[in-house]
Order: sequence, then C-alpha cells, then structure tokens
Amino acid sequence: MTLSADDIAHVAMLARLGLSEDERQRLGAQLDAILEHISRLDKVDTSQVAETAHVGGLVNVWREDEPEPSQSVDAALGNAPDHDGTYFRVGAIQ
Amino acid sequence: MSESAGAAVAKAVDFEAVIGLEVHAQLLTRSKMFCSCSAAYIDAAPNSNTCPVCLGLPGALPVINRIAVEYTVRTALALNCEIAPFTKFDRKNYFYPDLPKGYQISQYDLPLSRNGRIGFALDSREVVCGITRVHLEEDTGTMHHAGDVLQSATSSLIDYNRSGVPLMEIVGEPDLRSADEAREYLVRVRQILMYIGVNDGNLEQGSFRCDANVSVRPRGTDQLGVKVEIKNMNSFRAVHRALEYEIARQATVLNGGGTLTQETRGWVEAQAATVSQRSKEYAHDYRYFPEPDLPPLELDDSLVGRVRGELPELPADRARRLQMDHGLSAYDAAVITDTREDADCFERLVSSGVTAKIAANWQMGDVARLAHAHHVPLWRTGLGVEGLAALLRLLEAGTINGTVAKELLDELYLRGGDPQSLVAARGLGRVSDEAALLALVDEAIAANAQAVADFRGGKQAAFGRLVGHVMSATRGRADPALVNRLLRERLAP
Amino acid sequence: MTASSLDTVAGCAAALRAGTVSARELLAASRDALQATDSRIGAFLARTDDLAEQQAAEADRRLRESPHDASPLCGVPVAIKDVICLEGVETTAGSRILAGFRPPYTATALQRLLAAGAVVVGKTNCDEFAMGSSTENSAFRPVNNPWDIERVPGGSSGGSAAAVAASVVPYSLGSDTGGSIRQPASLTGVVGFKPTYGRVSRYGLIAFASSLDQIGPFAHTVEDIALVYSVIAGHDPRDSTSAPEPLEDALSGLGDGVAGMRLGVPREYFVAGLEDGVRRGVEDAMKVLEGLGARLEEVSLPSTDAALSTYYIVAPAECSSNLARFDGIRHGLREGGESVLQMYLRTRDTGFGAEVKRRVMLGTYALSSGYYDAYYRKAQRVRTVIAEEFARVFEQVDALVCPTSPTVAFRLGAREDPLSMYLCDALTIPVNLAGLPGISVPCGMVDGLPVGLQVIAPRFADARALRVAHAYQQATDWHSLRSPLARLAA
Ligand SMILES: [Mg+2]
Ligand SMILES: [Zn+2]
Repeated sequence: MTLSADDIAHVAMLARLGLSEDERQRLGAQLDAILEHISRLDKVDTSQVAETAHVGGLVNVWREDEPEPSQSVDAALGNAPDHDGTYFRVGAIQ
Repeated sequence: MSESAGAAVAKAVDFEAVIGLEVHAQLLTRSKMFCSCSAAYIDAAPNSNTCPVCLGLPGALPVINRIAVEYTVRTALALNCEIAPFTKFDRKNYFYPDLPKGYQISQYDLPLSRNGRIGFALDSREVVCGITRVHLEEDTGTMHHAGDVLQSATSSLIDYNRSGVPLMEIVGEPDLRSADEAREYLVRVRQILMYIGVNDGNLEQGSFRCDANVSVRPRGTDQLGVKVEIKNMNSFRAVHRALEYEIARQATVLNGGGTLTQETRGWVEAQAATVSQRSKEYAHDYRYFPEPDLPPLELDDSLVGRVRGELPELPADRARRLQMDHGLSAYDAAVITDTREDADCFERLVSSGVTAKIAANWQMGDVARLAHAHHVPLWRTGLGVEGLAALLRLLEAGTINGTVAKELLDELYLRGGDPQSLVAARGLGRVSDEAALLALVDEAIAANAQAVADFRGGKQAAFGRLVGHVMSATRGRADPALVNRLLRERLAP
Repeated sequence: MTASSLDTVAGCAAALRAGTVSARELLAASRDALQATDSRIGAFLARTDDLAEQQAAEADRRLRESPHDASPLCGVPVAIKDVICLEGVETTAGSRILAGFRPPYTATALQRLLAAGAVVVGKTNCDEFAMGSSTENSAFRPVNNPWDIERVPGGSSGGSAAAVAASVVPYSLGSDTGGSIRQPASLTGVVGFKPTYGRVSRYGLIAFASSLDQIGPFAHTVEDIALVYSVIAGHDPRDSTSAPEPLEDALSGLGDGVAGMRLGVPREYFVAGLEDGVRRGVEDAMKVLEGLGARLEEVSLPSTDAALSTYYIVAPAECSSNLARFDGIRHGLREGGESVLQMYLRTRDTGFGAEVKRRVMLGTYALSSGYYDAYYRKAQRVRTVIAEEFARVFEQVDALVCPTSPTVAFRLGAREDPLSMYLCDALTIPVNLAGLPGISVPCGMVDGLPVGLQVIAPRFADARALRVAHAYQQATDWHSLRSPLARLAA
C-alpha cells in the first residue's frame, strides 16, 4: 500500500490539517511504513467474526428526560478565542 | 442535423418529476438529546442554553435521552416502519462552525427503523409514498452571518443553544411525481408528527425542515435522471414553488439540449428561483463509524408494544371514523381532523349533545373565523369547547335563534361566560308569548297599509314584509311559525 | 535506599491520624520535593498552590473533627495527569492547542478524590493527548526518568509516573489507552494500574480513543493502588460506558495470597524484542509466585502479533474524530486566516504536534471512503478475536503474568522512528483492546533501571489482579527501592 501525494493531500483536507510540503512527504513515508506493518491484520481469519465496537457489552444506557440548569453564559464563552456579545465569532465562511 | 433540430423544436419531450423528500423534525422532549440542557432554545439568550456536553468540551460525554428514543419509535410506528431490534449511533464527521464536536452523533447503517409508507388522497387519487428510514440524531447550533448573506459576510456569529436538540430524520422514497404530491406528503407527515405529539410542526422557526431530491425523466420511462438537492424551503408555499421551478428548469435545460449537474441548490425567495450553492466542493466523506461513547440499543417487543399501545388514533383513521359515525362528508371530516385538537373539539361537542352536522358547521364556520381573527383556538379561549357546546345546545333547543347564537359567540369567544344565564338575563330567548306577538302583528298591519293591500290583492311577497316587521321589532327572536299563524289569522278576510 | 513511610498513601494516612504530621505539612514537603527535583524531571506542567492550600486546610479540619470517618486519601497529596479536567485550572493535555484552557467542570474520577479530601499538588506532563510511549511528545517539555535523567520515563503518563518515582507525591492519576499507565510505571519502578474498561468514569478525561481509554493510579505499593482504586471506581451516569456492575471490595481480599491460583504465562509475550534483563526479571518474579503456591502454566494468545496493528487502526480512527473539536472556535488556540477554512488549517497545523498529526492522518485514512472495510472493519473484527482468545484462556487460568514493557527505559531521542516507538506497547495494548484490568509492579533492576511485571485479569476481576500483585510485593522488596532523585527529594 503506497499513499500518493494526492491521497495525503485529500486526507489532510478531510482532517483540516494544513501541512507543509515537507511534512506531507515525511508523513507519507511514515504512514506507508505503518500501513505496511498493519497489513498483518490480514493474517487473522475473521470470516466468522462479528465486529467489536464496545467491550462493555452494555445496551440501552439512557437517562430520563429531565432538564437541569445549563451553565452560565460566562462559563460557555470563558475559553472562546473570539466572541461578540454572547455569541462565539468566526471569520468568513467562504 | 437540421431535421432533428427541427423535430426538437416541433416537439419538446414531456418530462415527469421524481421527488424524494428528507424531513428533519425536532422532538418535543424537555431536555436535549445527549445532555440535560433544556430543549426549549427559541427564546433563550445566545449560548445561555449550553453545557460541556452540547458545547463539545474536551472530556464531556453524551448520555441518550430515553424519551427521544421512544418518540422516534412512536413516529416510526405511525409511519408504518419496521423497528430495528438492534440499533446504534454513529459519528458523522465533518467540520462546520455550528457543529461543536466536529461530528454529529447520528445513525448510519443500522437506523432505528426502515421500510415504512404513508398514503394520502390528492385530487381524488390515492398516493402512496415509501419511507426509507426514520432515524435519530442531534441538531447543530445556529449561525448568523453579517447581513445574513453567507457569501459576502466577513464574520459569522454562532449560538449553540440549538446544539444537541433531538432531531429525527425521515427519509422518503423518491415516489412523488409532482410539486403538489410533494407538498401534500409534507402536510401529511407534519400532521402525523403533531398528532402523535413529537413535533410542533413549525417550518418558519425550523423545528420541521425539509430538503428535496429532484430529477426529471421522460414520462412513461423509468430511467434515472440527474439528481439535484434543494434546500432552504421554509414554508409549504416555498416547497411548492421551489419544486415547480426546479422541475421546469430541469425540463428546459434538457429540452434545450443541455445537461444537468448533480448539485445542491438553494431556494431564494426574492429571486423566486433555485440557485446553485456553488460552495467550494471538497469531496464529502463523512467517515461514519460506531459512536464509542454510546452502547447500542435493543428495542425489544415489550418496549415497541408499549409505544404502539400509546399511539393515538392517526388523522386518516380518525377522519374515516368521523365519516362513518357522524355522517360527515369526506371534506368536512378532513377539515375537522386537521389537527388533533380540532378533532377532539368536534368529538367533545358531539358528546355534549350537539348534533354532528351543527357542530361541524359551526366549528368550520364562525369558530374558525374567530380563531383566525383572534389568533387563538377555541380550546384556549374563555368560552372553551364546553361553552360553545352550551351555546349550540340552546340553539338546537330553539331557545335562541342563529342570529343570537352568532352574536353571543362573538361576544363570549374571548372573555367567556355562561350562555344560558346570559340568554335568560338579557331576555334573548325566543319570543313565543302570543299576546305580545299579537300586539306586534297589529302594529305591523297598521304601519304597512300598502303591504296589507298588496297581500290582499294577491301578492304573496307582501306577506314577507309584514313578517319582517315583526321580526325586526323582536330583533329576530319572534317564533316565526307563530308570527305566521297570527298574521294569517288577522289578515283573513 | 528504602521507603520512608510518608511516600505511601497508607503511611501518610497513618501519620495524619497519629497526629505526627498535618496535611499542610505533607503539602509543604511535596512542594519542597517538587522544587528540589522538577527542573530536572519536568513531571509537572502546572502547580495548583492556592487550591492545594485550601484543600490541605480543609483536610486538616476534617481529620481533626472526624478522623475515623475521613477517607485514607484525606489530606494526602496527589498529582493529576493533564488530560483530566479540573474546574478553573488550566488543562492542556500536553498540547499547544489547549494552552490556556480552563475547563468549567471537573472530571468524575478527580471529583471523587476531591470529595475524599485529596490535596492536588499540580497537573502532570504527558505526551500530547496521551499519544506516545516516552512523554517526548509533550508540547511543553519532555519528562526525564528519575532513575536516569537521560532516559525517558515511558508514556504517555510519564509525568504522573515520574512524580511518584521521584517521591514528590505518594500517588497520582494517569490514563491508559494502550499501556500509558503500565509502561511508564514499569520504566520508573512504580506500580501502575489500568482498571477494567468501564470501572472508572471517563467523564472529564480528554478523550484519545474512547473505547480504550481508562483512568488509573500510580503509587509505590499495591495497597495504595487498592485504596485509590476503591475511591475513583464505580458507576457514573455521566459516562454511558461506565459499568453498572457492583464494585467488588478490592481491599478486604488483598492479602489472600496466590496459593492454589492458576497463573497463565502467555507464550507470545516472550518473543523477539524482549530484552534479556527484562526476561530474567519477569522469570524470577514467576518463580517467586510459584514459591507462594501459585501454579504457573504456559498458555497461548495466538493473535497477539495482530494486536498492535488493530490498535493502530482503532485508536487513530477514534482520535481523528475526538480531536475534531479542536477547531479554534470555542476554546484553545486560534490561528487567524482569511476564511474559516484557512483558520481551521492553520490552527490545527500550529496547535498539534507531529505524533498527533500522524495519528489523525492515519485514523482519517482508515475511516475514509473505500478503506473502511479493509482497515477499520477488519480491525474491529480482529479486536473480537483478541478478546475471545483472552476469554478462552481465562477459562483455564485465573490471571496472566508477563512483562509489561519489552525493554527498560531508553534514552531520550532514541526512538525517532514512529513504528519503533509503537512497539513499546506491544505487551500492554492487547489488554486495552479486550477491556481487561492490568497492573505493572516493579520486579527487578537492570543496570540501575527498573523492570516491571504485568498481571492481567479477566474483566471485573480487578481485585484479583491487585491480589496477585500485592502477594508478589509482600514477598519482595523491589517496590521499596527509590530513585536517586527520590532520595534527593527526601
Ligand atoms: Mg441528518
Ligand atoms: Zn447541554
């Protein structure tokens, strides 16, 4: 499995990681090596096996529909890099 | 070449639309989907309705709202879906400022329900539309763009109050063939959701939202056209106009020899057009995977059975029953069962002793007029359903006439009051006192010599003028049969 | 070279009740030790002096008023890995992207410590978002091993391990996703315990890989570990993966010994890459256990070799999603840009370090369209196989004993190649994949560097893992050794 430069660029955009050209090349080589190692998965026969997403075996874990007070607006905005009044603020979408 | 071009001009292809609708409906739970913040966000100050969970703070974890699951099961049952015995939540990964975790907790390959259908009548045809699936997810926050135009805004403001409100996604099959059918489908779905008490059906505020997938194909074929997704339709009218526009646009492009692109278009009310949302398209890849923070759900027969048992009678069934039981016309039954409250009102009137036909006429007539004028339905007025029943019983008993009943309804609608005691106190009841009416009859004869002469000369119509005199003297309350008899006796040769 | 009673929880608790020391004095001593050693170790990212002062004063009051009702943790100093949220106190997860983040809430496990009267000395250094095996991936500074400051303490909870190894605090909290408690415990000569997945609430633990993460303690003795575990474990309705099963009493059976127990020795854990010194230390430990009456049997966990690969799909996949919330909008770093997209790209480029980016890329790729089945789905299936192999072995034996880390502490900078670093966790990762409890206890020294013995038990048999480890400690002295820097601290 070899990742092309386009693959790396595509994955980096999906993950919203702005990488330098240098970083992309280095990452490409490293991911190749890791994926090569990971190919050992193929040695395990899983044709008769279900997937494990959770190890706990729990089902139907839920809460009752009872509202509780929210946190204060100050707590909500306390860590915001930028805000306007009690709104969070970001730059232009496009 | 010229021959085929000539043929194209001569005969444009007749296209038919293929429409599938996707509804997102907020659930009427008290708290949010995965945290205990209140789900009532509409009037809350920006970002006052949040906590570490719905703000996606590092370390915060979701916990499922049991009632949201039940409401989705209820909806799925009302839409004739199969409930999955095993279902789970998945993460849908994408970046957008209104999505605090960078993923939406939704459902992917094992939705809560599938394979439903809804039927409705339209222009005396029966339309059936399949429901692909109904699943449960969470709503996003809301954004305000400076000047409210996304493309030109230099900054956007974000409010996460709506973030995490339970949201149901109802995906319809592409079984609809016209804007009319699509609108009617939406009306019916919304009506059902409101009937079963899971959604408030507010398109304007966005608690009930709709996107459409539209393509066209030559009528009579079953080929697949290029699918266009339409967004930003905030009313039934907008849905209808947007679809009409889009169907015509696609047909025009194809008839002109052009090709369509698979894209997302937004309905722009001001331009009365769908406009391509030519956002820079990064290939969408949501990278769904099972939500590791939430164990799956097993919806066993006892749970599904209990929810099924709690389902109220659905509007179509109720309309059918009211036709059967009370002899209502199909049209009247449909109007009376428009909302669950309307239908409840009608049935309460009838069970209070009002004749079905009278109840229906008044409810659809003067009561509807007043509800519209005052912006308040009968059941939330001072008069109330019981007050109207009392009034209509007086009418049916002949104690008051229609004019008085209407005057009383106007007067009592908002402030309320007991019709019976008012009628007694004001002497509004029917005048059947023979001596009193005789005096008025004599007065009418004395005051209308010409009419008396005409009548005696054989003009029957003149008789009416004399009756009218008595009626207006009693403001319509005189017993008409008695007045008639007394007049004829007096005028008898 | 042996322990003073005040660097264990039990020792502090006894002294506090005997009145020979106050919580304030313990706090002062902890601070002095920190002051004396931490410039050379770098175990701490932040001190919580004012808060600790209040907590110590309150603990002294409680101990004075009702010494017998107070928890054994009351008044005892603790250090907290910086991936665990503490209300109002900067919590960075070792990342620049969270610099300055002050959570408006406290993690459940830490809240339980606070309710017991714990005195929080500070937040400890770690690999960025707990991704690493050496604590060299901290955005702020690497952590040095108190046994040899030119060597790593392991990771990712290297700061919490080193803080105990340097006797700055008698115990600390870490988190373990693929070995991040047990491996640093092994490399710093302390005890480190990863409980059964679901036993300790993850609420307020900044997630790395949600299906694998678990909070657990470091200390010098298994007895202390049991004391701390008894406080932090238990069902939490805020964590839907929290186990509702009633919590067993980890303390009452702690001294029951291993006589008659069947202990499995997994063949696949003694293969290439295992250092001779480590092998000898662990084999000696197995003889000790045999001497205590345990029956040792070789067992096989055939898919062990695939565990690392499984982990490096599952964990990066989950982390790629968990770390999407770091977008420069609600908290932490924001790097400007002419559009939101540019802001995202620059914030996440500047805010994340190389290892985090590597795993986010790997996980994003593994989940992306066209690759999901080959990687993520396959890994989830192999995960099932691995868990089933453990379950089958546990029908045969009561617990497993094996090395924790294939090597002793290595030099800083010695493992530049990511894959060689990943191999550090080859013997701890399978335990996380199966959600089992695992504990590492010191079991030897090689050229002045500690070796760790790992005990693995079935799900919810946490008390059994502790019992085996405790029996071993009762019969040996390795846990009484102190690092050179600990002696300096004293
Ligand atoms: Mg959706
Ligand atoms: Zn909330």
